[in-house]
Amino acid sequence: MFIFQWLNDQLLKMQWLYDLVQWLVENVFNLSMDNRIGSSIHFFIYDTIKIFILLLAIVYGISYIQSFFPPEKTKRILANVKGLFGNFLGALFGILTPFCSCSSIPIFIGFTNAGLPLGVTFSFLICSPLVDIASVLLIMSFFGFRIAAIYVVTGMILAIIGGWIIGKLKMEKYVEPFVYNSPMVQVEEQKLTKKERHEFSKEQAIDIFKRVWLYVIIGVGIGASIHNWIPEEWILLVLGQDKWYSVLVATAVGIPMYASLFGTLPIATALVAKGVGIGTVLAFMMSITALSLPSIIMLKNVVKTKLLALFVVYISFGILFIGYVFNMIL
Amino acid sequence: MNIKVLGPGCVNCTNLEQRVKEAVYQLKMDASIEKVTDYAVMMRYGMMGSPGLVINDKLVSSGKVLSVKQVIDLIHKNS
Repeated sequence: MFIFQWLNDQLLKMQWLYDLVQWLVENVFNLSMDNRIGSSIHFFIYDTIKIFILLLAIVYGISYIQSFFPPEKTKRILANVKGLFGNFLGALFGILTPFCSCSSIPIFIGFTNAGLPLGVTFSFLICSPLVDIASVLLIMSFFGFRIAAIYVVTGMILAIIGGWIIGKLKMEKYVEPFVYNSPMVQVEEQKLTKKERHEFSKEQAIDIFKRVWLYVIIGVGIGASIHNWIPEEWILLVLGQDKWYSVLVATAVGIPMYASLFGTLPIATALVAKGVGIGTVLAFMMSITALSLPSIIMLKNVVKTKLLALFVVYISFGILFIGYVFNMIL
Repeated sequence: MNIKVLGPGCVNCTNLEQRVKEAVYQLKMDASIEKVTDYAVMMRYGMMGSPGLVINDKLVSSGKVLSVKQVIDLIHKNS
């Protein structure tokens, strides 16, 4: 247990980096850590470097695993399962399959066209942006194992039930007809060598880094200001656990936002440090990752308004529910 | 030769299009490069990840922003 704790502290929480930056702030900048400016600078440098290191390492590792699960293979496996288990597998593959928001529509079309039940496809679609291994490891680093596990399990349940409901409601007629009608060529799965997997993973890591570094710096900046400059009473007035509207505010702010979890986490940790409830913070993180205006606009190309509305309303209410439940029990 | 870059218009697709142009320029070859943003057309080629690259009506890569060198290799292999 001791070794496990030490590994977690040094590798995921990066205690060594914390100490190093503390030394830098105290001895090079000559600022006290008890001082607001000193601790803001510490928060900013430590969090930015930590997220950058974790991001590169985790995305590389995860991409390597994901290179074994291209969407073509997922489609083949999912085609053979039925019922709630299909929704479960859909959600599970949502975690494993590499995903960028502009690939969601081709994947949606590919799955639906191949005859996969609509419900299974939606379990996949809900889970894929919401829960991915990289964000889970990041949450673990910031909040510990327990919160990360809660995030994964509730995210998956949200995806499984959502897909199941859409399947039961027989929403197939609300999918644009061309998705079903056009013939789709079966493409051969690409066989990858070890070197190609390494190349793929490296490219993914660099690509994601390029895409999110600015969000991370903005997020850490907001986090640092919440941490040290915005009075706790103000934050608790809006997001305090005793306020019935806290989860609602967090979700409403998060839904239209298009940011990566990498940038959101420093804000989330700062909020928790100020005493905001875990449920509220979970709702905030989930609403940012699960729904965003760009992804809704893209989905609009392939499904009709009724199904799209159900999708958005279901996820919004699901996140609110998760937020309130966890504020109550934690 | 006919080359198509498939993608809804995200950053990755634009990047790939640029590299394809660069590859064609380096090879000094005669090729038409087309950008496809219509989902119905994309699915006709069986694309499951964007961006996709189609050479002479065959999907040769998907879900990857290829390097210029990789594009050149694929052009050689498929011509």
